[in-house]
Amino acid sequence: MEQMGELQIMFDDFFTRALIAGIGIAIIAGPLGCLVIWRRLSYFGDTLSHSALLGVTLAYSFSFNITFSVFIISAVVALLLINLQKRTKLAGDSLLGLLAHSTLAIGLVLIGFLTSIRFDLMGLLFGDILAVDVEDITIVYLGGAAILLILYFIWKSLFSATVNYDLSAAEGMRPEISNFIFTLLLAGVIALSIKMIGALLITGLLLIPAAIARNISSSPRQMVIIATLAGVVSVIAGLFVSLEINTSSGPSIIVVALLLFIISLIPLEIKGQLQK
Amino acid sequence: MAENNNLLVKLDNCGVYKSSKWIVRGISLEIHKGKIVTLIGPNGSGKTTSAKMILKILKSDEGQIKNFASKMAYVPQKINIDWTMPLRVVDFMKLTSHINNLEIVDALKLTGVDNLLYNDIHNLSGGEFQRVLIARAIAKKPDLLVLDEPVQGVDFNGEIALYNLIKKICSTLNCGILLISHDLHFVMSATDHVICLNGHICCSGTPRSIVKNSAYIDLFGEHNATTLSLYQHDHDHSHGTDGRVTNNV
Repeated sequence: MEQMGELQIMFDDFFTRALIAGIGIAIIAGPLGCLVIWRRLSYFGDTLSHSALLGVTLAYSFSFNITFSVFIISAVVALLLINLQKRTKLAGDSLLGLLAHSTLAIGLVLIGFLTSIRFDLMGLLFGDILAVDVEDITIVYLGGAAILLILYFIWKSLFSATVNYDLSAAEGMRPEISNFIFTLLLAGVIALSIKMIGALLITGLLLIPAAIARNISSSPRQMVIIATLAGVVSVIAGLFVSLEINTSSGPSIIVVALLLFIISLIPLEIKGQLQK
Repeated sequence: MAENNNLLVKLDNCGVYKSSKWIVRGISLEIHKGKIVTLIGPNGSGKTTSAKMILKILKSDEGQIKNFASKMAYVPQKINIDWTMPLRVVDFMKLTSHINNLEIVDALKLTGVDNLLYNDIHNLSGGEFQRVLIARAIAKKPDLLVLDEPVQGVDFNGEIALYNLIKKICSTLNCGILLISHDLHFVMSATDHVICLNGHICCSGTPRSIVKNSAYIDLFGEHNATTLSLYQHDHDHSHGTDGRVTNNV
């Protein structure tokens, strides 16, 4: 009972809740972020998170669960994109831009109709990790566990297809299936983190820790582990900084990650000098 | 029925249709355990496309494919590994199979690159990378091995050694091999069945029978044919620059 009480007190503190939720997101973002970098999907992640805004608006309009609604919209946009790529001659990046900005615009137009509720647009774009409640934390950890478990099972197929699709297909890894699931997982992580990190910054949390890891790792497994750690450190340090100097929490996390990225360039620099 | 038990792949009048034209058409062939089938033909004749059909990477748009192979391994012609992925030779060897380091080293020894185990894959030379690709495919112990120009960029001595290795693997693993090669000397001396491709199968048979076929001379030029003293067969058609049949002779 004593322990339950302590746990209760811990969760009562908004800052601790933010830390726990943020660390959860960083752990999910680590491996997925690596895949996003390897597959050059950063703009794809951006498109999904922009469309997440539409998901949130719809959730408010129909008083739906936000996470679920964002997941559905992101997944639909991702599938739409794959479909459009087969039908038009436009380049992938043009299609991504088209979908990103049109879903963002539709979301913003819909917000205009929602006069009955007070709507925090800033919160939506940049997230408010300090406002998470116990229910949010539960969703992050349950959803995160599901995402990581699925990722574990499709990893070999997904990874081999990332290196070379033909090789993966020829040797029976069924890359078409794992690619499809990966798209859904990406929609999932965006849905889980939109409330906390916000539509504009999610891709940052996916990309920057993985980019840090790329600078200092020599094998894929190492890169995944370092990316996860870098994400966790960014969240913890970013939150403490925001508390200390009273800045917004989401952007502070990203700024800390950026600083870590700059530091991670140093070993590369030294190595380059030594090799001369 | 022993013959049937050894059958790995059978293509019956298959083809791939893309961007409103047939890349290859009318491909019929069989690959058996312990035999080497070679595809030869000029650039753009559909060799890689045919290989991809056999590997089930591409679907055949007509005809029928029967594939009895339980484990296929592939050495693609071109492979480009993005710099954003840190990848060592050892990681690459495990790409599609669960094998231990001992098996990996054994396979790398066969192609003479076991010293590169922990090297970054991006820093290998073209020839070294080819050797790693071949070792990876062999390490899988496949029953069907598809090699698309496997010795490109390999030095002269290495080329001979690797071709000998391919021959040896075929009998030790008792696997079927589909080889795409421009090395007519090896093709004619070491393979069991040769298929000349130019959008369709121009001629096919044992190296000896191909020698006596004239489609081959048309395809590869008189000089090559006579140098290798191999090909002579009666050609019943000729090709335009795009490989299409232009007229009957």
